[in-house]
Amino acid sequence: MSKYVYLTRKVEFAASHIYHNPTFTPEENRRIFGKCNNPNGHGHNYTLEVTVKGEVDGQTGFVLDLKDLKDILNREVMDVFDHRHLNKEVPEFATEIPTTENIAISIWNRVAPKLNDGTHMHRVRVYETPDLFVDYYGEP
Amino acid sequence: MKAYLNRRYLFSASHRLHNDRFSEGENRELYGKCNNPFGHGHNYTVEVTVSGQVDSRTGMVCNLVDLDECVRLAILDRYDHQNLNCLPEFKDKVPTTENLCVHVFDILQREFRAAHLQDVRMERVKLEETMMNSFEYAGGEDPRR
Repeated sequence: MSKYVYLTRKVEFAASHIYHNPTFTPEENRRIFGKCNNPNGHGHNYTLEVTVKGEVDGQTGFVLDLKDLKDILNREVMDVFDHRHLNKEVPEFATEIPTTENIAISIWNRVAPKLNDGTHMHRVRVYETPDLFVDYYGEP
Repeated sequence: MKAYLNRRYLFSASHRLHNDRFSEGENRELYGKCNNPFGHGHNYTVEVTVSGQVDSRTGMVCNLVDLDECVRLAILDRYDHQNLNCLPEFKDKVPTTENLCVHVFDILQREFRAAHLQDVRMERVKLEETMMNSFEYAGGEDPRR
């Protein structure tokens, strides 16, 4: 029987963004996105929780080496997102709206392929504020 | 792609835990200080989880303005600064946070249909009575972790 243990690492990044879909009219953008459509953008302090699952290694007692996860998150998330304008500086948000939903999906797609064999992404949780957060489990 | 959106709201209300079918002594023993005769209050936090496909045009599971408006009308306006024992749903039911949590879930699931939220699924309500006590209801299923 497998003995999965879930490990969560938390990091914080600060970024700016604007919600705007060029295929909508200015009025539609305003109606659908409200103040998130303000023309010069705005920003948040985001908190990211990445939860991975795996069996505890008999030799090390680890699900994974936390240092490795820290390095992956620094490279794949912090270097890309922290103190950036998401629409202008993160390639996928040149075309997609950088909502909390899409940020969670983007982080999953960046981090999941970098995990070692035997460790699996379980959940990406992104807090835009303490009162608004999104979970993504890699579901289609 | 399917994502889960979580949103937290606050309301304050009073209640008294008391069941008329129990004796005075039984009520006292079961509910302790929650049975004090004139009631007491809490600042409740409601955490609502909804799920759905992320709309490729908006990047959203649902429009937060619609969700906030629905929760305000159906839950916050109903419960904020009220005495729960005086509300019809608690006429014959003890207003524990367990019972309140189930009510909030059922109300929101019903109201979503009338609030442009018919495409999202009501996943879970977590109701925090204090920072130390919280209750979750997912329509009878196990909440997703």
